Amino acid sequence: MSTLLPESILPFLTDAIHLSYLVATAFFIRGLKLLGSPATARRGNQLAAIGMLIGVIVTLLDQQIVSFEGIIIGVVVGSLIGAILAKKVAMTAMPELVAVFNGFGGGASALVAWGELSRVTDPTILGSSSLITTGLSICIGALTFTGSFIAFGKLKGFISGKSITFPGLNVLNIAAMIAVLGLIITFSLSPTNAVLFWSILGLSLLIGITSVIPIGGADMPVVISLLNSYSGIAASMAGFVLGNHLLIISGALVGAAGLILTQIMCKAMNRSLLNVIFGSFGGGSTGSVGEGESGDKTVRETSATDLAIQVAYASKVVIVPGYGLAVAQAQHVIKEVAAKLEERGVQVKYGIHPVAGRMPGHMNVLLAEADVPYDQLYDMDQINPEFASTDVVLIIGANDVVNPMAKTSPGSPIYGMPILNVDEAKRTIVFKRSLSFGYAGIDNPLFYEEKNQMYFGDAKKSLQGLNEALNDV
Amino acid sequence: MSALIFSLFIFVLACFIGFELISKVPPTLHTPLMSGANAISGITIVGALLITGSTSDGLLTQILGITAIIFATINVVGGFMVTDRMLEMFKKKEDK
Repeated sequence: MSTLLPESILPFLTDAIHLSYLVATAFFIRGLKLLGSPATARRGNQLAAIGMLIGVIVTLLDQQIVSFEGIIIGVVVGSLIGAILAKKVAMTAMPELVAVFNGFGGGASALVAWGELSRVTDPTILGSSSLITTGLSICIGALTFTGSFIAFGKLKGFISGKSITFPGLNVLNIAAMIAVLGLIITFSLSPTNAVLFWSILGLSLLIGITSVIPIGGADMPVVISLLNSYSGIAASMAGFVLGNHLLIISGALVGAAGLILTQIMCKAMNRSLLNVIFGSFGGGSTGSVGEGESGDKTVRETSATDLAIQVAYASKVVIVPGYGLAVAQAQHVIKEVAAKLEERGVQVKYGIHPVAGRMPGHMNVLLAEADVPYDQLYDMDQINPEFASTDVVLIIGANDVVNPMAKTSPGSPIYGMPILNVDEAKRTIVFKRSLSFGYAGIDNPLFYEEKNQMYFGDAKKSLQGLNEALNDV
Repeated sequence: MSALIFSLFIFVLACFIGFELISKVPPTLHTPLMSGANAISGITIVGALLITGSTSDGLLTQILGITAIIFATINVVGGFMVTDRMLEMFKKKEDK
């Protein structure tokens, strides 16, 4: 494309391109900042997209670029796939989609580094420091790629959400990491050695698989966030390889942002990052937790009519939605139920745990999709003081986030996780298919409490039943 | 100062900016933020364009480059679009 430009501006082109990269960087920083506040988030996302567009267009002016066929094919195919995925995805499947996009991003960075290696006829001219970043870019990109698709498979249920592990796997993973780093250093000294290159690539792909496989389904959001951070770092490393500051900065921004998000999430579950990665919790690998105890305990059941009377004559009802609500596509019915209650003068609030759903903030997105009024949504810290004055709490498809064991039983894997204190309310109703364990694979003593009632069945059907029964009250 | 060291300076400073930008975000926005940041990491598309466009010969480089462009474009286009779709729903309610 540079051939289309008048020759007089060519000497300034490189500077102009770099200045435009600076502008793009500013758009990213401003965009990320605006993404942090509900009122400006959409604009922030758009700004970041504009920054990306600037980066891409300006790059096409680069004099290094001489052929466009491949570029056009790639951009058209990629845009189509990306757009279709983005349009078609159900909001419940958001975490899976983010995992997939992430995998593609990481994969792209690895391919860029590999491409640079294959572009130069003699890799020794790259110099060892450049070769080290090439190796790192391939390694991080490749493990992000496979790791993200394993995470996708786990969320989707293709791969068991349970923790798949064996003793010593963690040690093996760490050993493999160290081996890859060693290989990268060796590779930087003898870059023509193809065996070294393939070992780095193969081992990195393998590490992505073996380090995500042992992590239980409940921890997948943390993993995705961490992989998001990795894909940023991979992009940054690709920037080092190409000497491109736009890539270095943007990648570093995402890498750091992903790390902070990961940390926030770990805090919401009261776990350390190391514990998530090496703990193998969330798949019942600890075996005996709660199992076998539930048999001799009794639960009280309730019916649609009975429940309708309870909530219709309550003065304050709090709804605690969980992923089960979303899976059953019951967001719209719950909104109708809430509207009916409000007509009767019942105060209705939604209490949302930070990790409700399959990733942080996921539940907010799902309720927003169903047009639930924003001012009815309360964060955990806002809603917890209110339970004591609440008549009925409807817990729909949520389990671990209301499990009192997090407060009372130090041996429990979820001990210390901040929960919604629903047990302070006068009455709790748990909507659930059966008495099975939650995502974390542990029993919930709340079910057996005297003031708790179980309303068994599919969340959507149960709510529809309640909705109809409310008409007759 | 070598180019590598200069790049390292930039990298570390950018990391600090990233930390600062995200540290106080309400939980409501975590999902869109993650998917938005994810889209930005597709910036590697710039690298993919440079690799693919700089040579028309070299079959391996072309294949790697085009695949990289496809991957990165999926990440970028899909990421920004789906983030916008989510945030649009948030917006709708605030207007009421």
